[in-house]
Amino acid sequence: MNITLRVWRQKSRDDEGRMVTYQVEDVSPDMSFLEMLDVLNEKLTLDGHEPVAFDHDCREGICGACGVVINGVAHGPETTTTCQLHMRSFKDGDVIDVEPWRAKAFPVIKDLVVDRGAFDRIIQAGGYISAPTGTAPDAHAMPVPKADADRAFDAATCIGCGACVAACPNASGMLFTAAKVTHLGMLPQGQPERAARVVKMVNQHDEEDFGGCTNIGECAAVCPKGIPLDTISQLNRDLLGSLASGNPK
Amino acid sequence: MALKAAMAVTGAILVLFLIAHMYGNLMIFGGPQTFDTYSAHLRELGEPMLPYEGFLWIMRVVLLASVLVHAYAAVTLWMRARRARPAGQRYHTKKSVQRSYASYTMRWGGVVVVLFVIYHILHLTTNDIAPGGASASPYERVVNGFQIWWVVLSYVIALAAVGFHLRHGIWSAVATLGGNRAGRQRSLNIIATGLSLVVTIGFLIPPFAVLLGLVK
Amino acid sequence: MTELYIEGAPIKDEKAPEGPIEQRWDKRRFSAKLVNPANRRKLSVIIVGTGLAGASAAATLGEAGYQVTSFCYQDSPRRAHSIAAQGGINAAKNYRNDGDSIYRLFYDTVKGGDFRSRESNVYRLAQVSVEIIDQCVAQGVPFAREYGGLLDNRSFGGVQVSRTFYARGQTGQQLLIGAYQALERQIAAGTVRMHTRHEMLELIVVDGRARGVIVRDMVSGEIETHFADAVVLASGGYGNVFFLSTNAMGCNVTATWRAHRKGALFANPCYTQIHPTCIPVSGDYQSKLTLMSESLRNDGRIWVPKEAGDDRDPRQIPEEERDYYLERIYPSFGNLVPRDIASRAAKNVCDEGRGVGPGGLGVYLDFADAIKRMGLPAVEAKYGNLFDMYQRITGENPYEVPMRIYPAVHYTMGGLWVDYDLQSTIPGLFVTGEANFSDHGANRLGASALMQGLADGYFVLPNTINDYLASGPFESLDENTPEAKEAADAVRARIDKLLSVNGNRTVDSFHKELGHIMWDYCGMERSEEGLRKAIERIRELRDEFWQNVKVTGTNEELNQALEKAGRVADFFELAELMCIDALHRRESCGGHFRAESQTEDGEALRHDDEFAYVAAWEFTGTGEQPVLHKENLEYEYVEMKQRSYK
Ligand SMILES: Cc1cc2nc3c(=O)[nH]c(=O)nc-3n(C[C@H](O)[C@H](O)[C@H](O)COP(=O)(O)OP(=O)(O)OC[C@H]3O[C@@H](n4cnc5c(N)ncnc54)[C@H](O)[C@@H]3O)c2cc1C
Ligand code: HEM
Ligand code: HEM
Ligand code: SF4
Ligand code: F3S
Ligand code: FES
Repeated sequence: MNITLRVWRQKSRDDEGRMVTYQVEDVSPDMSFLEMLDVLNEKLTLDGHEPVAFDHDCREGICGACGVVINGVAHGPETTTTCQLHMRSFKDGDVIDVEPWRAKAFPVIKDLVVDRGAFDRIIQAGGYISAPTGTAPDAHAMPVPKADADRAFDAATCIGCGACVAACPNASGMLFTAAKVTHLGMLPQGQPERAARVVKMVNQHDEEDFGGCTNIGECAAVCPKGIPLDTISQLNRDLLGSLASGNPK
Repeated sequence: MALKAAMAVTGAILVLFLIAHMYGNLMIFGGPQTFDTYSAHLRELGEPMLPYEGFLWIMRVVLLASVLVHAYAAVTLWMRARRARPAGQRYHTKKSVQRSYASYTMRWGGVVVVLFVIYHILHLTTNDIAPGGASASPYERVVNGFQIWWVVLSYVIALAAVGFHLRHGIWSAVATLGGNRAGRQRSLNIIATGLSLVVTIGFLIPPFAVLLGLVK
Repeated sequence: MTELYIEGAPIKDEKAPEGPIEQRWDKRRFSAKLVNPANRRKLSVIIVGTGLAGASAAATLGEAGYQVTSFCYQDSPRRAHSIAAQGGINAAKNYRNDGDSIYRLFYDTVKGGDFRSRESNVYRLAQVSVEIIDQCVAQGVPFAREYGGLLDNRSFGGVQVSRTFYARGQTGQQLLIGAYQALERQIAAGTVRMHTRHEMLELIVVDGRARGVIVRDMVSGEIETHFADAVVLASGGYGNVFFLSTNAMGCNVTATWRAHRKGALFANPCYTQIHPTCIPVSGDYQSKLTLMSESLRNDGRIWVPKEAGDDRDPRQIPEEERDYYLERIYPSFGNLVPRDIASRAAKNVCDEGRGVGPGGLGVYLDFADAIKRMGLPAVEAKYGNLFDMYQRITGENPYEVPMRIYPAVHYTMGGLWVDYDLQSTIPGLFVTGEANFSDHGANRLGASALMQGLADGYFVLPNTINDYLASGPFESLDENTPEAKEAADAVRARIDKLLSVNGNRTVDSFHKELGHIMWDYCGMERSEEGLRKAIERIRELRDEFWQNVKVTGTNEELNQALEKAGRVADFFELAELMCIDALHRRESCGGHFRAESQTEDGEALRHDDEFAYVAAWEFTGTGEQPVLHKENLEYEYVEMKQRSYK
C-alpha cells in the first residue's frame, strides 16, 4: 500500500518545527509502524536528506522508549506501543499525521524525540523502597496476599512511555505517578514510606510543570499497558490520607 | 496539591445546595401558599437562635465562599494546564479516545453557570430583572417570569450547562476524593449521569409547568 | 589455519581462591582489602550501562559511599535491554523442597554450559542467587505469588526442579525497575551522577590502568572526558552483530570492543545462543525478531510437511503427511529438547526445503492437539498473552492456524575476559553482566542471565572492587593528560571520517549484509570452509563500508545515523574475531555445531582433550592476526560428560 505521512520535523530544541509531507510506497501490512519509518528513513538518506529521528529500542513493547502521536492518538489506533502497531491497521492511501508527545515537561529534542527526564525525577523524589543491598530478610519472611500482589503487579507494568501525558488534555503525568504509588503502596514492604512517598512524588510531579488531573480518563484509554484509571483515585486516597495525618506539603 | 480536594469539596457543597434547591422549587406545585411559606421559612429557620435571615446568610456565605474557592481552584488548574502544554506545543491533529463532551466543557460551562447565577439572583431574589412584572411573592415572581418563552429558554440553556458540569463534576469529585475503585467505575459513571439528569429535569419542571399553564 | 591468528602464552585466573569450592567465595571476600567508609567518598567509579548488572552495581556502590558516575545510551536508565527478559530468574532457594540446592544449581549450570565455564565462578553464582531473591523482594519486585502469599516457582529450560522465580512474562522488567528505583534513590542522594543519552566511545588507559572514558553526548554531540579510579563496563551483549536478533536496536559491542582494542582480552566471542521459539521473519524490512516464551514447547507440537515445497494451508495437510521431527528424532525428550538442539533441527528441516511461511524460514508450532486435550479455556489461560502477542505481530490467529516459529540469536556467552574479581586484563577495568564471558560457558541455561547480572552487580563486584580501590585514589587527571587527549582526538577523528565518506549506501544496508554473513556462516552450524568465506567477505564489506557509507547530518546534534554507523563499524571488527574464534574451535559444543565434529548419527561431538579452555583473544590491529591466550578449565567437582538427548 501507499501512505502519505505528515511528520513533525524540528531540528533542535530551539527550532520552531513544522509538519512535512512524505510519500511512502510499497508498505507491507506486516510492517510495524517503526519499520515503515525505517523505510522512509532509508529513502531520505539516499536522497541526501536527514532521516526522521524517533526514539525506540526494544521494539517489542516493553522498554517504553518509543511513542508518537498518530492521527491525534498517542501510540495510534490500537491500544499498544507504537513499535507494536502494524501497518495492517491502516489502509492504502491513508494520510497519517505523526507528532511527538507534546507537553512542557517533555521538551522536544529533535523531530519526534522528546526528553522524558521528568519521569525519572518523579521516581527520584520517592518512587522506591529504601532497601540497601544486603539488608534484606528472607524473601518468605513477609507473605503478600495474592490480591495485593496482583494489584501491585498491574500497576508495576507501567513502562514509563509517557503516552498518558501526551493524551491528557491537561498534560498531566498523574497516571504514571499513580502507577508507581500504587505498585509500592500495595506491598507490605512499601508501607513505611507510603505516606511520605505520595506527597513527595506529587510535589515533584507538580514542579515538573505537568498539568493537574481533572479525571478525564484519556490517559488510561491510551495506556499501552492498561494501567487502570482507578490507580489515580488510589493515589488521591493515599494523598488525602497522608495530608490529613499531618504529612507536610 | 490540596487544590483538587478543595475543588471537589466545594463542588460537592454546591451540588448539595442544588439538590435542596431543586426540591424547594418543586414545592411550586403546592400552590402560592406552600411556596411562599417555604421561602419565608427559609428566612426564619433557626430563629430565635439566629436572627431573621440568619440561616440564609450563613448559607449564602458558604455558597459564595464555595464558588470563590471553586472558581479559584478551577482557574489555577486551567492556567496550569495551559502552561503544561503551551501554545507552541499544541497538536496539529488531536483526537479523543473516550473523553466525554461533559469533561470537554467543564471550564466554559462553569463560567456560563456562574453568569447564569448572577442573572438568576437579579431575576428571582432581588427582582431587579423582572420581565413578567415584579412582585413581593416569590411564587408570583416565578410564575410571572416563566410565562415568557425566552426566560424559559435562558433557563433551559443554563440548566443544560449545569447538567453537563455536574455529569463530569460528580464523577470527578468522587475520583478526586479517592472513591473510584476497580470495578466501581461504571456504576459511578451511571450514578453521575443519573444524578445530573435528575437535577436538570427536576429544575426544568417548574418553568415548563408555568409556561404550559399548569401552574398559574 | 595459523595464518589467521597467533597463539600466545596461556593465562590464568590469579584471583580464584583454592580449596573446597563452597568456601572459595568467603575466602576471597576475606582476603580482599577493604576501604574504610570515610575514604570511599574520595574514590570514584564509572559504570557504563544501567541494565541489571550496571544499575545494581551503581546503586550498591553508591550506597556504600563511593562516588559513582553512570552512563547509558537510552533516555532513561529504566530502558536498558534487561527490561525485555520474559521468563524468569533462577535461585537455589529450594522453596519447593524438590531436591534443589546450591550444589544442584551449580551442577546444572556447568553441565548446561557444556563444560566450558569455570567451576569457582559458577559455584559462587549459585551461592549468591539466594540473596538476590531476598534483595529484590525487599525492593518491592512483584514476583508471582500463590494464594498463601508465598512466592511461586516454575521449572524452566528443561531442568527437573522448580527454581525459577518469575513475574508474569515480564521478569526482566520488574527486576530492572527494582534496580532502577534503587539507582534513582542514589541519584537523589547525590552519590550517583547519571548521564543518560551518553554513549561511551573510548576507554582511557593511563599508566596501564583504566582511568576513564570518552563519551558522546548524544543530544549535543559534545565529546566529553570523564575520569575515575576504576571503570566498570556493564554494557550488555553483542547479539546485534547478526542484525536480526531478539536484542534491542541499540545493543552494541562498542563499549567492550573499544576496551578490547585498548588491551582487554575478549573471551569466547563465537559463543552465541540461538533461541528456538521466535516469530519468523516476514520480509526484508524487518528490523528485529521477537522472542516467544519457550514454555510454549510444553504443550505445542512442532512439525513441518514431509514433502519439500508443500505450501498447502497447514490445516489441510493430513496427519500422515506431517513430520513431527523432534518427536521422531528425540523420542524421549520430544519437543522439549534443549534450545540448541531444537534450533538446529529447525534449521536442518528448513535447509531441506521443508520450511513454511515467507521464505521457507519457519516451522509450525501447533496447539490443535493441546486445545483438544486441555480445552480452549485452559490453553487460553496458560498462553493467552503469548498468543495475543503473536497475533498482533503476525496478524494470524494461533488458536486456529498453527503458529510459525524460527530460531533467532538471543544471547552472547562470550565477552571480555575477567578474573574471579570480575576484573579484565586491564587493571581497574571491571566487566559485569552479559558484557563479560564469565559464568555460562558455551551455553546458558534459561533464567540464568538475570541471575548473573544481579549477582555481579549487587553482590560480587561490590565485594571485589574494593580490593583494587583500596590502593587508590590514583593521581588526578585532566583533559590535557596525553592519553585522554589522544583518546578524545581519536573519537573525533573517527566521527569526522564517518561523516565525510558520503558514499551511497546506508548504514543499515551494511549492517543487514553483515548480519546475513554471520547468520549463514557463524550461526548455529559452522564449517571451516564457510567461516573462511565469511572472514573474507567481512573484510571486503568492511572496506566498502569505510568507502561507501552514507551518514547524513552533523556531529553537533542528535544524529541517530551517526550513532548506528559507529556501532556497525565496531561490529565489523568483532565479526571477524568471532569467525576466527569459531574457526579455531574445531569441536561442536554448547549452542554450536561444528560440521566437522559430529557423531555417526549427526549429533554434536565435543573434544575435551583439545578444547577444554577459554579462548581469550588479544587485539593487535584491525585485520591483523589476533593473539590467542588459553585459560585451561579444570573440573574437580563435576565430571565431564557428552550430552545425549536421544
Ligand atoms: C528477549 C530476551 C529475553 C530474555 N529472557 C531472559 C530470561 O527470561 N531469563 C534470563 O535470565 N535472561 C534472559 N535474557 C537475557 C538477559 O535479559 C540479558 O542477558 C541481561 O539482562 C543483560 O543484562 P546487562 O545488565 O548485562 O545488560 P543490558 O541490560 O543489555 O544493559 C546494557 C546497558 O549498557 C548501556 N550501554 C551499552 N552500550 C553502551 C555504550 N556504548 N555507552 C553507554 N552505555 C551503553 C545500555 O544503555 C544499557 O543501559 C533475555 C534476553 C532477551 C534479549
Ligand atoms: C428553573 C429553575 C430554578 C428556579 C425556578 C429557581 C428559583 C429560585 C427562586 C424563586 C429563588 C429565590 C428564593 C428566595 O429568594 O426565597 C432562587 C434563588 C437562588 N437560586 Fe434558583 N432557581 C432555579 C435554578 C437555579 C440554579 C440552576 C441555580 C444554580 C446553579 C440556582 C441558584 C440560586 C441561588 C444561588 C439563589 C439565591 C439564594 C439566596 O441567596 O437567596 N437556581 N431560585
Ligand atoms: C466559576 C464558575 C465555575 C467554573 C469555572 C468551574 C469549573 C470547574 C472546573 C474546571 C472543574 C474541574 C473539572 C474536573 O475536575 O474535571 C470543576 C469541577 C466541579 N464543579 Fe465547577 N465550575 C464552576 C462553578 C461550579 C458550580 C456553580 C457548581 C455547582 C453547581 C460546580 C460544581 C462542580 C463540581 C461538583 C466539580 C467536581 C469537582 C472535582 O473535580 O473534584 N462548579 N468546575
Ligand atoms: S501509565 Fe501507561 S501510558 Fe503512562 S507511562 Fe505508564 S505505561 Fe505509559
Ligand atoms: S487524562 Fe488527564 S485529567 Fe487525569 S484522568 Fe488522565 S491524567
Ligand atoms: S521500542 Fe520499546 S516499547 Fe516500543
